[in-house]
Amino acid sequence: MASTAHRAASYHRLAHSVIGAAALCLFGTTAQAQETFKLGIVSFLSGQAAESFGIPAVNGAKVVIEAFNAGKAPAPYNKVGFGGVKIEPIYVDENGGATKQVQELRNLYDREKVDAVLGYVGSGDCLAVAPVAEELKRFLILYDCGTPRIFEDNKFQYVFRTASHAAMDNVSLTRYLKAKNVKIDTFNMINQDYAWGQDSKKDFTWSMEKLFPSAKPGEDLLPKFGAGQYGTEISALMAKPADVTHSSLWGGDLQAFVLQAGPRGLFQRTQVVFSAADHVLPGLGEKMPNGVILGARGAYGLMSPKSPLNEWWWDLYNKAYNVYPVQAPYRMVQSLLGLKLAVEKAMAANGGKKPTPEQLAAALRNSEWESPAGTIRMALGDGHQAVQDTAIGKTRYDAAKKMVVLEDIMRFPADCVNPPPNMKSEEWIKAGFPGAKGCP
Amino acid sequence: MQATLTIVVDGLAYASWLFIVALGLTLVFGVLKILNIAHGSFYALGAYAAASFVGWGAALKWAPAFSLVAMLLAAVAVAAVVAPLTERGLLRFFYGRDEVLLVLVTYALFLILEDVTKLVWGTNPYFVSEPYALFGNVNLGVQTYVGYDFALMAMALVVGAAVWWGLNRTRHGKIVLAVIHSAEIASSMGVNVSRVYMLAFTIGIFLAGLGGAFTSPMISVVPGVSVGVIIVSFAVVIIGGLGSIEGAAIGAIIVGLARSLAVHLAPVAELFSIYIVMAIVLMFRPEGLFQRVQARKI
Repeated sequence: MASTAHRAASYHRLAHSVIGAAALCLFGTTAQAQETFKLGIVSFLSGQAAESFGIPAVNGAKVVIEAFNAGKAPAPYNKVGFGGVKIEPIYVDENGGATKQVQELRNLYDREKVDAVLGYVGSGDCLAVAPVAEELKRFLILYDCGTPRIFEDNKFQYVFRTASHAAMDNVSLTRYLKAKNVKIDTFNMINQDYAWGQDSKKDFTWSMEKLFPSAKPGEDLLPKFGAGQYGTEISALMAKPADVTHSSLWGGDLQAFVLQAGPRGLFQRTQVVFSAADHVLPGLGEKMPNGVILGARGAYGLMSPKSPLNEWWWDLYNKAYNVYPVQAPYRMVQSLLGLKLAVEKAMAANGGKKPTPEQLAAALRNSEWESPAGTIRMALGDGHQAVQDTAIGKTRYDAAKKMVVLEDIMRFPADCVNPPPNMKSEEWIKAGFPGAKGCP
Repeated sequence: MQATLTIVVDGLAYASWLFIVALGLTLVFGVLKILNIAHGSFYALGAYAAASFVGWGAALKWAPAFSLVAMLLAAVAVAAVVAPLTERGLLRFFYGRDEVLLVLVTYALFLILEDVTKLVWGTNPYFVSEPYALFGNVNLGVQTYVGYDFALMAMALVVGAAVWWGLNRTRHGKIVLAVIHSAEIASSMGVNVSRVYMLAFTIGIFLAGLGGAFTSPMISVVPGVSVGVIIVSFAVVIIGGLGSIEGAAIGAIIVGLARSLAVHLAPVAELFSIYIVMAIVLMFRPEGLFQRVQARKI
């Protein structure tokens, strides 16, 4: 009896082993056939930057990658995944500081074995992770952060940024004021007290010195990031009202500032100009005062150019999330489109196999592609830093559409509002924008 | 004169907002001896709950003035639901343990609640700005203030007075004071210390929720609103002395005026101003302005 039971158990074990081996072979073969392009996507999934930038950008990535994998993007982006290889995204939260991001980046490359990383909203995070990717000789795309210093102070082989840096935002804003003949004898500023706010303030001040040399700077307020309470700052701006009040506030800070300054009449006393404010328009709605001049860090959202590609993208995002895309998802999609073409170009040169980081970098360097926001050219930083057109407009609440619309939109070609290659933004602005071309 | 008036009004407006939140923080520390990092999360919960309650009120076609009641109810709901869960379900297991451990526990709670708010309310911003217009505008010289700011100052006065009166003039308050002085002796005198802890914690959370709820009309309620407030609130209670109501009031006024002075006279020092004041106070009064001298137990 015992012997029979033992034999039966042996048969069972043998049967399990055979089935297991067969399954291993079968799934092993399938897994090999379904090789994926593993893409680490890093953005704010929590914290103060999540609502305005991180989550909308990741939402944009999700719908676009889904469309890529289904081969449903318009030509020339209509190959399945990247060159027939499906994309496997791995999303990582950018919240937690630069030190954490360095570790997370290493984890993505070493543990998750990603083929590329695309990410980073925070300028501090970008400055921290770029040298790490370079040291590891792994491919990295910075899709959102604004500081010009990354490629102006460093040379990288494996790191790219697929959106213009922040100098463009304030140069175009100042050019808009000039083109619209806004009378400016004095200007106030309120910017957050960290790299983004400080850089924006300097770029705007230097641009004003060149285009409005007689205008005098007044209040120069620097609330902390995430302050939330702006009553005191608004009093200061109202005590010495200037012709123009400039701000690079964004996200929850910008929304709070508008909500608190609106009822106090600040927008009636001064022409307010925001350098990066399109993303708060859908949420604020009629609470956003009319006549505010604003930029979106590119020709994004309501200022995006008409094109079949933009229509496809707009509908894709709008249908998925019931809101139109603003700057962060636009920058994400333009990055993914550039990466797709670069991977496919590199694969073609590599006999259809997944490219190495070197091949990928060679394909993206100095490249050019169409995005929903217009043409993206990797023209600066030895072909590692993008330039693009931008636009500035003025707010008006449209009661019939129940949304804020932008009017008096002016478009600025990339070569008008970005420095030429081999010239730093600061030098370029201070020298009076030498070589600027095609300015309206 | 106009400049002085503006600096004082701005300082007091900021102080009143801070005081409501810091009062809860200092009360919880005074009774439970917990440096509650998660206090900012309860503030955020108050703001989110207020956004929901005011939204429901609007859907039910309540008169706009009822949004104030809705915000108050939101703070009550946060305190009634979250405080007992947190105190009974988590914190009581750590009483008597090292204070550093409790800081870590509340930090973990802070991170958990950040995600809880996202799971419940998502990441889109909430706007409840209607109550902000209820009190009209007030003109003071060249400045136009929103009446709501003055209403918040009045509320801070009422809340501060109510807590002070409750602690110093009622039987329950005297029991709480006894527990603050020595939980051990209070317990030996028949005081149900656990109940006092829960009561104090619930009031502390209510105050955090109240601060969040009544701030929600001035901000967009988004993930991360909990972070900024907790840091400044800590500065207030450290200046005033941990566990002191009077200290929280004076600390909030000092911080509010220091910040207001900096913004109007030396904006570059805005961020620095709060912490330099804190450093100066701690140089001369390491235990804060109103911390009572404590007997060392042997």
